[in-house]
Amino acid sequence: MKWVMSLLLFATLVIAAEPIVIGVFEPMTGPYAAGGQMTMEGIYLAHEQVKEVLGRPIELVLVDNKSDKVEAANAVARLIEYHKAVAIIGSYGSAVAIPGSEVANKLGVPMVGCSPTNPLVTLGKPYVFRVCFIDPFQGTVMAQFAVEKLGAKTAVVIQDIASDYSVGLSHYFQEAFKKLTNNKKSVLGVISYQTGDQDFTAQLTFANSKNPDVIFIPAAAYGEAALIIKQARELGMKQIFLGGDTWEAPEFLEVGGKAVEGSYFSTHFDTEATTTPRAAEFIKAFRAKYGKDPSAFAALGYDAYMLVVDAIKRAGSADPKAIRDALAATKNFEGATGYITLDQNGDAIKDAVIRVVKDGKFVYVTTVRPSE
Amino acid sequence: MSDAQASACAFSSGGVLMNLTLFLQHLANGVALGFVFGLVAIGYTLVYGVVKLVNFAHGDIFMMAAFFVYYGIVLFSFPWFLSFLFAIFLTALLGISIEKVAYKPLRNAPRISSLCSAIGMSFLLENFAIVVFGGRQKPFYQPAVLNKTLNVWGVRIQLVTIITIVVSIGALFFLSYLVYKTKMGLAMRALAYDFDTARLMGINVDRTITFTFAVGSSLAAISAIFWALRYPQIWPFMGVFPGWRAFTAAIIGGIGSIKGAMVGGFLIGMISILLVAFLPDLAGYRDAFIFIMLVFVLLFKPTGLFGET
Repeated sequence: MKWVMSLLLFATLVIAAEPIVIGVFEPMTGPYAAGGQMTMEGIYLAHEQVKEVLGRPIELVLVDNKSDKVEAANAVARLIEYHKAVAIIGSYGSAVAIPGSEVANKLGVPMVGCSPTNPLVTLGKPYVFRVCFIDPFQGTVMAQFAVEKLGAKTAVVIQDIASDYSVGLSHYFQEAFKKLTNNKKSVLGVISYQTGDQDFTAQLTFANSKNPDVIFIPAAAYGEAALIIKQARELGMKQIFLGGDTWEAPEFLEVGGKAVEGSYFSTHFDTEATTTPRAAEFIKAFRAKYGKDPSAFAALGYDAYMLVVDAIKRAGSADPKAIRDALAATKNFEGATGYITLDQNGDAIKDAVIRVVKDGKFVYVTTVRPSE
Repeated sequence: MSDAQASACAFSSGGVLMNLTLFLQHLANGVALGFVFGLVAIGYTLVYGVVKLVNFAHGDIFMMAAFFVYYGIVLFSFPWFLSFLFAIFLTALLGISIEKVAYKPLRNAPRISSLCSAIGMSFLLENFAIVVFGGRQKPFYQPAVLNKTLNVWGVRIQLVTIITIVVSIGALFFLSYLVYKTKMGLAMRALAYDFDTARLMGINVDRTITFTFAVGSSLAAISAIFWALRYPQIWPFMGVFPGWRAFTAAIIGGIGSIKGAMVGGFLIGMISILLVAFLPDLAGYRDAFIFIMLVFVLLFKPTGLFGET
């Protein structure tokens, strides 16, 4: 009898199997377009592998946030109110993830960030989580690398004043760099530009006049980072350039060309330095689908989707509140980018990878573990 | 780093004092940026001057031109100079068709209608580019001949910058000649006063407007080429930033005045660079300074620096 009941229940479920909607807001256009599109490659692959949960099909709805803060808030509101998404994934770019996270948190729908690294994305928002590390760690990693591996004693920072990501990362880098060099004056200057700028000659001439060992460019947009370095070389500058995870885009290499050779940056993932068995499966599947190696953003998109599905499964329901509680309890979730445990802020504590540009390619240098 | 620059570093690290090489480098950067903005602005202002229409799609016509060059080289494997000409020609055609489709039917409607139509056209072109060309940035081809840096007494200047300045000044003279010395220019100036009266005087209004749009769009294409040679990444929204800058430049200079647009562009470029150079702590407020300048110009001379009343 019990058996028949459950069969009946299953049948009604299949008949009434309304899809579970997972909403995605990512930049498909604008200065962050490559980041959003690379993330989507991973999300689409994950969706292809896991198409249903709790016996209901998963419907993936993507809304382009156009790399714009206002559009990002609208995109999340639209996903929740119109598309009835029970969970949100996104977005590349802390500047757009923060307004999106405000809306998701207010409407009580859990959001999982793929690659936004600014602490403010999740801070004080019980419904917001992320699968990547945060900038206090990333800034320290690059400062440590500059001081210990490159022997840098002085630095100049060129930051994008219109981007939360850039200003935040710049701040944490400076803090760590001053501490590690034991010199409060080791950061010789901080100079700003704004998202959308294409001419950086003034900032670079200023930076060059300080004659630093390294120049840190936490650009929010990879294309702008490439132009900065290109113009620096044209101005005859020979310093080593360091950056953050946004640099990992083919456009950075295409636009930067020879100028970006020998530049270092931190990121989340490298096919040569994986830590989980799932990573190998992911890389294999990704290569089969796209015919190229996955980027860190694709890997994080993959992990974010898999984590959301896992949380729905653990919650046993598609109720946003139940999914949130399951997400908050995430421990040692096996992702492609590593084992993910979410702390009280909803942030993942993970390794950072440092890569260098060599012969027009991104090459693995080292892995840095969080100190705790 | 050259010796001159090394000594520049030694000097300026002390404080506000700036040595000559460093100052000249900033100045050169400012001149370079100013002429790029000016070149975009004269196309803007030309169309306004004749048709009295703020062509908000100018920045997007500019973007389309850059993509025409890109596809000329990538798709048809044209040599770069041929691709430039091909792009200028196509962009002129695009400008003419936009006028026919979006502005001509509204010629007798209130001015606000054609303004809205221009904004609509701008969105249409951007979204067309996203769908057809894709949202991601593409590298712009830089011919090796043009991709050179000159070192003049320790001041480094791009060859492209020099060519940009020459072309800008050339365009300025060409337009002055066109507007003030030719029959077509006479017709353009007549239109600038009044369409109906011009028509009564036997001027072919449609043909003159078409010609104006062709010239304005060709200028957009030329400026796009020099912009992309200097900042070699192109994407569907690349026209927005130079478009707004050029619009501001045209207003500062007195919209409708070709000379004014060039001066306005030059001022904006200079402020952008010199603010960062002399007040590095305020670099983040650059746009505020540009718009404060705009407010002051408009307060004391509501028609702009070279505007006619």
